[in-house]
Amino acid sequence: MLILTCPYCGVAADETELAPGGQAHLTRQGPGADSAAFEAYLFHRKNPKGVHFERWRHAHGCGKWFHAARDTVTLQVFGTYPAQSLTPPDTILKAIAATYPGFEWEGEA
Amino acid sequence: MSTTRYSAFAVAREATRYHSGWGRAWRSPAPKSHYDVIVVGAGGHGLATAYYLGRTFGMRNVAVIEKGWLGGGNTGRNTTIIRSNYLQDPSAAIYEKARGLYEDLSQELNMNVMFSPRGVMMLAQTEHAVRGYLRTAQANALQGIATEFIGPDRVKQLCPIMNIEGPRYPVLGALWQPRGGTARHDAVAWGYARGCSAMGIDILQQCEVTAIRQKAGQVTGIETTKGAITCGKLAIVVAGHSGVLADMAGFRLPVESVALQALVSEPIKPCMDVVVMANTVHGYMSQSDKGEMVIGGGADGFNNYTQRGSFQHIEETVRALIETFPMISRLKMLRQWGGIVDMTGDRSPIISKTPLGGCFINCGWGTGGFKAIPGSGWAMAQMVARGDPGPLAAPFGLDRFAQGRFIDESVAAGVAH
Repeated sequence: MLILTCPYCGVAADETELAPGGQAHLTRQGPGADSAAFEAYLFHRKNPKGVHFERWRHAHGCGKWFHAARDTVTLQVFGTYPAQSLTPPDTILKAIAATYPGFEWEGEA
Repeated sequence: MSTTRYSAFAVAREATRYHSGWGRAWRSPAPKSHYDVIVVGAGGHGLATAYYLGRTFGMRNVAVIEKGWLGGGNTGRNTTIIRSNYLQDPSAAIYEKARGLYEDLSQELNMNVMFSPRGVMMLAQTEHAVRGYLRTAQANALQGIATEFIGPDRVKQLCPIMNIEGPRYPVLGALWQPRGGTARHDAVAWGYARGCSAMGIDILQQCEVTAIRQKAGQVTGIETTKGAITCGKLAIVVAGHSGVLADMAGFRLPVESVALQALVSEPIKPCMDVVVMANTVHGYMSQSDKGEMVIGGGADGFNNYTQRGSFQHIEETVRALIETFPMISRLKMLRQWGGIVDMTGDRSPIISKTPLGGCFINCGWGTGGFKAIPGSGWAMAQMVARGDPGPLAAPFGLDRFAQGRFIDESVAAGVAH
């Protein structure tokens, strides 16, 4: 069973206590955006086989949204961090690089 | 290689010579350097696409590329339910096309796919579900699909082992499709593969696509673990791995991959001759010809490619089914497995041209692709052959997301799909 540690309350919560929220670090498109950008924001997803940055909510706990970096093939968790982060923290990128040498974060989608 | 025709006479003939004359059902050729069409993915949908390309649309310089073995993905991992009782017209059209083709698929392919139109019922266990299914029954009547809404007495008569009295969710009725049912999933893949091979279509197993070559916005070929192959057109039919192939082709899809699991019990004597889907409590069950109870339930909520499934979904599903069928509470479960399903936001598939010229995609069947195999393959073949989608495929284009033209089966189907 998938276990993620909530970066706010520190509880190591298993997946029944959490609600998945999909891909993280999406650029939220505003009123000035063109249709293609807005379509991509609403629908297009990276859906990677490998490292995935995603949103989770500690739904049956403190209720906070947070981000996690996880491997979608092995379910290895590289770490969790606050939802307010615009980029994943260096500690998480290092943890990913330990498994996937040369991994680089592509930036916001 | 000539293909042996399967018949009672062939069985008798082979019985006299120790079954030494059957031969292989399909060839395993080396890749040619060029094909008019390459279909990536030798699951049911990919093989059906290639089959109808050859059979109906006259294109036989075709290859089907498969990274593992034929029919080893979701085609061999589903609960084999076939139905077409969908609410929206485009869905009803393509699923009914598929169901219709299943009716005589065994004759068409000269392979017994064991299509068993034993009837499918979707239980209504809340007032909302009753209203929803009454609406679907009306929609199906207009679409020309034979379904009816039946009351609890008829449900009990059709499936005596069911507990219709609750206590949590008493059965208030069901949407009943008498010509829905099941088929043998492996045989569907094998039958199409054999049919393809007999027409000269190459099936290349253990051959993984590693890159997609393009020039000036047009696909020119692929690179594989067995070398580079050029092609005129490329059809991507890879279900859960659609995102991976789309990434190679240079575009993104409105699709996310999750694991969906199923399980079967130990075999027991025949006790249930219909397929029951209990969508409110969320589990579905049928009995295979071997006597195993075939059980399916919910998908994982988060992206993954694990082909495993998770414990809490087994628990949820089994809990729901024990409530619905108390007699299964002491059954032992024999096997459990997972497949990677590609989910779209509106829970309807994508059969579409792509931003890359000459490249077509068929994906997004989510948790309900098996039932659609013949229709999906037919519609995909028509689109690949003509270069433009026909009437069956057109509503399922990628452009529907930008246009807000959803084919919303997530509401219509509730959950199980």
